[in-house]
Order: sequence, then structure tokens, then C-alpha cells
Amino acid sequence: MSAQTLPSATRLIQTRSPRQRGRRSAARLVFGIPYAVLTTALAIMFLYPLIWTAVSSVAPRAGTSQPEGWGLGNYAALADYQAGIWVYLGNSTFVALLTVLLTLVVATLGGYAFARFSFPGKNLLFLTVLAILMVPYATLLIPLYVILNAVGLSNSLVGVAIVLTMFQLPFSMFMMRISFESVPRELDEAAMVDGATTFGALRRVLLPAVKPGLITVGMFAFLAAWNDFMAPLILITDTNRMTLPLAVSNLRVQVQGVIDYGATEAGVVVLALPCILLFLLLQRHYVRGFMSGAFKG
Amino acid sequence: MSADTLTPSTRAASPPSAPRTRRRTPRARRDAVRGWLYASPTALFVVFVFLVPLVLVLQMSASDWPLLAGNRGWNLPQNYIDAVDHRLFWDSIWFTLKYTVVTTVLLIGLGLGLALLVQESTRWKSFLRTSFLVPSALGLASASLLFYVLYSPYAGPFADLMRAWGFTFLGTPEGALWSTVFLIVWRYAGFYMLLMLVGLQAIPDDVYEAARIDGASTWQTFRSITVPLLRPTFALTIVLCVTGSLLAFEQFYILTKGGPDNSTMTIVQLIYNVAFQGQNNLGIAAALSVIVLLALIVINILQLRAFRRADED
Repeated sequence: MSAQTLPSATRLIQTRSPRQRGRRSAARLVFGIPYAVLTTALAIMFLYPLIWTAVSSVAPRAGTSQPEGWGLGNYAALADYQAGIWVYLGNSTFVALLTVLLTLVVATLGGYAFARFSFPGKNLLFLTVLAILMVPYATLLIPLYVILNAVGLSNSLVGVAIVLTMFQLPFSMFMMRISFESVPRELDEAAMVDGATTFGALRRVLLPAVKPGLITVGMFAFLAAWNDFMAPLILITDTNRMTLPLAVSNLRVQVQGVIDYGATEAGVVVLALPCILLFLLLQRHYVRGFMSGAFKG
Repeated sequence: MSADTLTPSTRAASPPSAPRTRRRTPRARRDAVRGWLYASPTALFVVFVFLVPLVLVLQMSASDWPLLAGNRGWNLPQNYIDAVDHRLFWDSIWFTLKYTVVTTVLLIGLGLGLALLVQESTRWKSFLRTSFLVPSALGLASASLLFYVLYSPYAGPFADLMRAWGFTFLGTPEGALWSTVFLIVWRYAGFYMLLMLVGLQAIPDDVYEAARIDGASTWQTFRSITVPLLRPTFALTIVLCVTGSLLAFEQFYILTKGGPDNSTMTIVQLIYNVAFQGQNNLGIAAALSVIVLLALIVINILQLRAFRRADED
């Protein structure tokens, strides 16, 4: 799977090969060896921390939960930590999936509204969505802490997901708006002429057409929510409701100041694995998301 | 488009031969209602999760607001005076600025360098591109935890070296800064490479063609074509990088907690500490937040204006 997706993903960024081909053959003789050495060193620099962490999480090491022999001792220690890793994994999964769901629903409906209808206040609303980008995360989390307390959503994973959805809106709304705008109007107008309601046209005709946009938006929402640290740090105080990044970072603050580095490594692996798999699987969308996000705005 | 698929009601509403003379007002009104209906979830989020908190942070910054006691009434200038008087206020601003300059220069330079290295599409370069990009799939907190272990004098791969040579990564102010910068470069260089690649791709081929015919060297081409034509990309990446670095938090919270001796205290870490650690004063934290918010708006306006002026030259 990944072997197939890698070339196709990177093919999106092709650069003027015919022009450079002639120069390249000459340059290859002069720069070939230093180039190979330099790029190999760079690849090692970028991959080494990940590989080292994955390997040493199962390697024997004194002072960790895996003192002798290769095995899963560090993972067992992580599993037993406080409320238990399954609780934290469940919390993180819940927050991530709820954020993805909310983001997809809100951005699809909103993107449809912005792309297909004109209504008073449309531009003001869109600009306000984009203004979220201008406001620092930390600035909003303090009042949100107070507001969520006031409406009974303190210490709540649903509250965290709502906050994370709001921070996903600028990118998602932008993405869905241009996705809908790139679909010819004739397509959904034809469906409506055939008797479909606007919602029917959205569901049956437009949604399949904007699927790449939905995948991109969903993937970015998942990565952002799964990885977010600051919102749960501020909004969650109950140990049983912490998300995985928070729980793993708390491994370092143990009773007698002893840090279980092995369990921390295991936690990093558990945190990173879904992200890396998702990235390799959806690399093409990842790249395209940046391209449209960065350069059509 | 066969006419028999039309339902009677739509056929009546839009006869096939109808000229394009739509009655504007009913359609516009229907559009407005439907548009608002579809946009209403967006509007709810924007109002209740964005605008209301934004107004509340202003109110908090002007109120006496201890963490647990809640609002205890107005005390207008006091929070701002206390914020600016905080013994770490200027230190944290100075450190945040220093960190921002260092990371921006390194990430923009490295991003461009990596992009130039992997510009063409070959199998090896696709592999390199993916290797550089993989760290950017990790969360910043996960990446920071990873480096926390990597830098550890007990468990990291350099633990023996550190003991033998008697140095630590995070023990000194300089070491803590550069170790964190290295983490950030590792995490974000691929991301900036990607943005640079997109920018490079936007430069039309014939410009290079013309330069080649004129006999320009690789360096001349780079300096007088690639760099000037990448200006929009530089503008975007610099704004992104400056904004992100000014708001740095996770990496320092996890790696250094602002230490040693508060030497790596960023402004957001200071806000967090004032609000939730020790002082528990949401009013002063809100005042600090408002100062940061205003500063960011000013900095972004200045940057955009500078880039626009540079574009006109």
C-alpha cells in the first residue's frame, strides 16, 4: 500500500524535468558523491530519532521497565500507568473521532453554503472564520476554560472536541469551500431540476464529488485532535479523562522523581504510530492539503 | 436530460424553453434562507466558541479574577500593570523574540535547501522527501517527549557520551535553547520544505529556459530568478514561522518547563504559569493574552506591509 502511495504522492510535486535533465547529467558527475553523502546523512538525521525510539522501547535497558531481554515490559508498564492506557487511548480516540465528525459536518454544510448560496453576512462570517487563525490558541483557552465551567462542560472530553473543532474551522471551511466551488454548478442544478432538494443534491451528487476534500479535512482534524496537548492540559484535570499525550507527559512526574523512560518511549510509539500510518496512507492528500491551503489563499 | 424525469412541479416551475429571466427577489430570498440554514452550525461555533471567549478575555483582563473564586469585579488598569511588572515579563519577551529569530532563519533556510535537494522526481528523492516529512505527522507534544528521552542523561543514546564528557543537553540556558531549536527543526523542516516545493513549482518553466539561453550559471539563476520569484512563498512561510514561534509552548513545557533558571520562559509559558501554576490569576493571564494578541496583530500587519512594499519595488 505505502509502496504504491509514495511515488504517486510525491508526483504531485513534479518540477521541470526536461529543462534540468541536460544539466543534471553533467552535474551528476561533479556533485554525485557529495550529494549522495549529504542526502543520506540528512535522511538518517530525520529517521534516526523515530527508529531509535521504536527499537529501544522493546530493548533491554537498566532503569526502565524492560531491564533484561527484549520484550514488551515498557508497554506493560505503560498499560498499568494510573487509570490505564486503555482509558487514555479510549479518551484520545473519542476526542479525535468526535472532532473529525463535528469538523466534517460543520465544514461540509458551511462550505456548501459559502460556495453555492449568497446570503447577507456571508463575507463577514467567512472572514470571522479566517480570523480564528489570527488569535493565539492560548489566548482563547483561558476564557474557554471559564465558559466550559459555566455551562457544565468542565473536565469534559466533549468540551475539548468542541474547542478543537473551532480551531480546525479556518482550514476546513476554506478547503470545503474551494472543493465545492471546483464542482461545476450544472451538476447539482441538474439534480435539483430533477426534483432533488438542495440537501438531496448535496448528499447524492456533491458529496461524492468533494470526497478528496473531505478526506483531507478529516485527516487534518484527526491529526490535530489526536496530537493536541494544550487544550486537554488546560481543560481536563480529572486523571480518568486525560488524553494520551497528557498521560504520557505525566509519566515524567512520578512519585519519587523517578522517570520511567522506557514507558515514556512506549507511549511515544503508541502516540506516533497512528499518525505515521495515516500520513503514509494519505500522503497525497496531505501534500494536496498544503498546496491548496497555502497557495490559493 | 430527458423531460420525463422532471416531476410535474418542477416542470411547471421551469419550463424547458424558459429564457434566463429569473425573478430575482424570491430566488434571492430562498437562497438567503438556505444559505443561513447551511451556515448556521458554522455561525454557532464562531459566535459561542470564538467571539464570546474573545470578548470574555477582554473582560477578564479588566477584572479581578482568581482561578477558583471567579469574577470579583472590575479593576481596570491593575492587571495590565501587574502583567508588565511581572519579574519574568521582559525576560520572556526577550527570550521568545530570540527563539523566533533563530527558528525562523533556520527553518526558512533549511526548508529551501531541502526543497532544492529533492526538487526533481526520482525514486530516491521521493524517499528523501517522505523521510523529511514523516516527523511533521507527529504531534509537537509527542515529538517533544521523544526528544526528552533522546536528550536524557540516563536513558538517551548519548547518555554514555554525556557522562564521559560531562555535558548535558538541557542543563544550561544555551544548551536548552539549542536543543529545543533542534527538536523544532527536526519536526518542522519537512513542512517548510513542502511549502517551498510548492512555491518552486509555481515558477514558470520558460523563465528558466530564457535564463539558460542567456547562458546564466546555476548560481546566477538561483539568485536572480528563483529567490525573487519565491517572494510570495517567503512571505507566507515567514509569517507562519514567526507566528508559530512567538506562541511556542509545548516544546518548552515538556523539555525544560521554562528552565534552567527561567532561561527558556516563553511568553505563552508565562501566561500558563500565571493562570494555572502558583499565582492562579486569570485576570493577569488574560491581560498578558491581550498584550500578546495585540502584538501579534501589529507584527503580522507590519510583516504583510513589508512584503507588499518589497513586492512593489
